[in-house]
Amino acid sequence: MSMPKELAAIVDDFTAIPESERLNLLLEFSENLPELPTRLAEHPELLEPVVECQSPISIIVEVEDGAASIFASAPPEAPTTRGFASILIHGLSGEPAQTVLEVPIDFPQSLGLSRIVSPLRLRGMTGMLGRIQRQTREQV
Amino acid sequence: MSEEKFAEYASPDRLVSTAWVADHIGDPDVVIVESDEDVLLYETGHIPSAVKVDWHTELNDPVMRDYLSAEDFSALLSKKGIDETKTIVFYGDKSNWWAAYALWVFALYGYDNTKLMDGGRDKWTAEGRELTREVAARPATQPQVAERDDTTLRAFRDDVLANLGKPLVDVRSPEEYSGERTTAPAYPEEGALRAGHIPTATSVPWGKAANEDGTFKSRAELETIYADTGVTQGEDVIAYCRIGERSSHTWFVLKHLLGHDNVRNYDGSWTEWGSLVGVPITVGTEPGTAPAR
Repeated sequence: MSMPKELAAIVDDFTAIPESERLNLLLEFSENLPELPTRLAEHPELLEPVVECQSPISIIVEVEDGAASIFASAPPEAPTTRGFASILIHGLSGEPAQTVLEVPIDFPQSLGLSRIVSPLRLRGMTGMLGRIQRQTREQV
Repeated sequence: MSEEKFAEYASPDRLVSTAWVADHIGDPDVVIVESDEDVLLYETGHIPSAVKVDWHTELNDPVMRDYLSAEDFSALLSKKGIDETKTIVFYGDKSNWWAAYALWVFALYGYDNTKLMDGGRDKWTAEGRELTREVAARPATQPQVAERDDTTLRAFRDDVLANLGKPLVDVRSPEEYSGERTTAPAYPEEGALRAGHIPTATSVPWGKAANEDGTFKSRAELETIYADTGVTQGEDVIAYCRIGERSSHTWFVLKHLLGHDNVRNYDGSWTEWGSLVGVPITVGTEPGTAPAR
């Protein structure tokens, strides 16, 4: 089990700042969730809904030449869900499929968000990671 | 127009319109409180001067499955700049689902000077009203907080057992009621061991009381919704859902909009009842009967 460099850096960013500032960092991620490329935006049915999340979010992983690209879509009124997706995309997209598969499924617990976001809400992020890994596994 | 609708409710003063709130931004006697399901929504922008109260991380005791002690609640209010002299107006996402929950929790500590902004956050934003990211800094207060009253507005599992056969409202989705699933559609599995409902409970999904724009339906419409459900005036009514949040919305409707005297919210709800050892449940779309004791 290992953590890709980008994802590890995100964990460091969160845990290095006081708990009270972590929501703002999550908000930054939320605002920087990449837009879907047009080819996917025009075909939302290609994305898989993540039912573990309290708000509507869909994701898709595309593995090409051994590298995983991750895309997600969630509405602006679901900023927490967008933030979770954005962390996973910034931390994992472009990494080798094998690296994505090796991320520990309890990774969301390491961000230091349990107390300010609540464990129940973090479960949504675990659900997203599980789906990203399953979709990746199906393509290697 | 809102005011005309409000006037028909049992307690018209429990609701205010978005326009009323807009007129009271900066009113020293009014505290506007945002309470959402999404923990980041307030940070994306909120009604100017509004403070945030989060149900997960602030209203619940972190260790015991219960609400805060009176002392901790008092400390929370002090930090938020709230006390008993203020009018407290709650609003939030999802048709005020969580705002109603916060209002109910505040009521347990004797805070009765509370209102909901009809339509909640969605209506405010749909109307293009101002949002700010500036976190309101209110001066700390020294609030008077009563010991939590767990008997008048709150029901525990033993109260529910004793009440079987009296009006009991299950406000979850029809699928949760019948036992096809233990969570709301599109919601995470929250760990009840059995699926179904409490025997004799009637199914009245909470969302029936809300319009598309998140406002409450008119009194006449609400009366119709509850007409054939066995929820009659003068009886003890208990509402429940999964963890007591959606049923707070229904509690608000029954208590303040329709004027039932005795309405309690069973916050243990299905996550407790569906896992309790030794209590009966009913599966299927019929209420079922109370077991002989």
